[in-house]
Amino acid sequence: MRQIRIGAGAGYSGDRIEPAVELAEHGKLDYLVFECLAERTIALAQQARRRDPRLGYDPLLAARMRAVLPACRRAGTVIITNMGAANPVAAAELVCAIARELGLPGIKIAAVTGDDVAGAVAGGACRILEDGRPVAALGASLISANAYLGAESIVQALAAGADIVITGRAADPSLFLAPLAHGFGWSLADWQRLGQATLIGHVLECAGQVTGGYFADPGFKTVPGLARLGFPLAEVGEDGSAVITKVEGSGGCITTATCKEQILYEIHDPARYFTPDVVADFSQVRVETVGPDRVRISGGRGRPRPEALKVSLGISEGFVGEGQISYAGSGARDRAELAAGIVRERLELTGVAAQELRFDLIGVDAIHGPGLPAGSARAEPYEVRLRVAGRTASAEEAIRIGNEVETLYTNGPAGGGGVTKQVREILGVLSTLLPRERVQPQVRMLES
Amino acid sequence: MKLRAIAHARTGDKGDTSSISLIAYDEADYPRLVRHVTAERVAAHFVGLLRGGVDRYEIPSLGALNFVLHRALGGGVTRALALDTHGKSLSSALLDIEIPDF
Repeated sequence: MRQIRIGAGAGYSGDRIEPAVELAEHGKLDYLVFECLAERTIALAQQARRRDPRLGYDPLLAARMRAVLPACRRAGTVIITNMGAANPVAAAELVCAIARELGLPGIKIAAVTGDDVAGAVAGGACRILEDGRPVAALGASLISANAYLGAESIVQALAAGADIVITGRAADPSLFLAPLAHGFGWSLADWQRLGQATLIGHVLECAGQVTGGYFADPGFKTVPGLARLGFPLAEVGEDGSAVITKVEGSGGCITTATCKEQILYEIHDPARYFTPDVVADFSQVRVETVGPDRVRISGGRGRPRPEALKVSLGISEGFVGEGQISYAGSGARDRAELAAGIVRERLELTGVAAQELRFDLIGVDAIHGPGLPAGSARAEPYEVRLRVAGRTASAEEAIRIGNEVETLYTNGPAGGGGVTKQVREILGVLSTLLPRERVQPQVRMLES
Repeated sequence: MKLRAIAHARTGDKGDTSSISLIAYDEADYPRLVRHVTAERVAAHFVGLLRGGVDRYEIPSLGALNFVLHRALGGGVTRALALDTHGKSLSSALLDIEIPDF
């Protein structure tokens, strides 16, 4: 039976690069996919493009391509990625230049555009799914609006002979489903196969999260070689059967347990996982060990794709100013609490215009709040880090919060040390729906 | 005993919704998870964090449950001030739930 070998070279924008090189060199891959767009990433990219129209693609695009292009060329591996982010055409031009620089002429690079629907949602009758308000009510705070594109235009690009396909906001599993549908000639209305292909894509898309990353728990779950974690690949048959594995000798492990965690990752109702291509059903999925670091995944099903496309809206929501300081030894918690009270009073006295403030005692209850662990008395911590964070309208105002924490050095309780402060912009994410016909993806082909 | 002795978990997030899988190490323990770890039990465990409801989905073929916690991440702009804005660490809190030893 014919087989397609498809690997995952990244699980997010900042991911490690060497495991992708390892896959490119030793994975004997037909396709290498880099999934690099989280919900917020595209809004950040849109801001970068506004500052410089030549930017807006993934900051690691050039480094990744330089690292894997030669090996992919040798092995005939096609690369598919959403690293185009807010500017797939500029990304394709850059990759074209890199290919020439590496002495690799004749590489066909496709840019898929059309996911940017800021115009279509701003003027229309679209409503925000989370709160029912019209999208137009967001006004100038709307930074980006990107529809989740499906596999269709990626399949088109592959059919036109692309060696590299670069998209913006495409749905994560679609990046994997497209080459399988193209390679096996599956119809994009074969819902059962698309459901299984979506399962395969979903398991691969976070890369190291299925090879033992984000899994280890000493004493309970052991994973060897996490510093050299291998990234996954799937061996897929024409009937959709799939074995998840990795390059021999790489770190990590693939077990039924790592696969189960990733199958259910970020899924709500497992019987109805919505993508632009299919409503996938993972409720009867099975996993089975078929060798060392080899797990068969089967039973992904599907129903017809949704009529509307989901659109991710990036919103500017002001700034966060933050300051931290540590206290240790006897009375650490009392001194941290005293410090928190001082900062609270200072922010009022000096009129810092914070819309919301938060005081955390890191090491005590900063992560899950005072309610957890349930019913047990807390031991006195040896060290406590006070964190003060506040939301403001401007960066100037946000800076003042960290500054107040810093003044604790000479004006606060005894023995405070290790102050850090920072300011960052808050990018919120909301969503809306857009009828399919309002989104018009296009493929543009370049050649090195 | 704590859930951690018989099950593992992973958290994911979409907007203000957290989803936490709960997977039996040994599929023979799956019925215990179904029996003891109800949506109500999980809602009670996270009462201080949760502003919405909890849905539970059963996936017997994986020996797993999937919990969807609505309005669990502080919502919209508020979440920006939290340390773990994605709620990634909620899976570890779930595994601290105490269940009977049988």
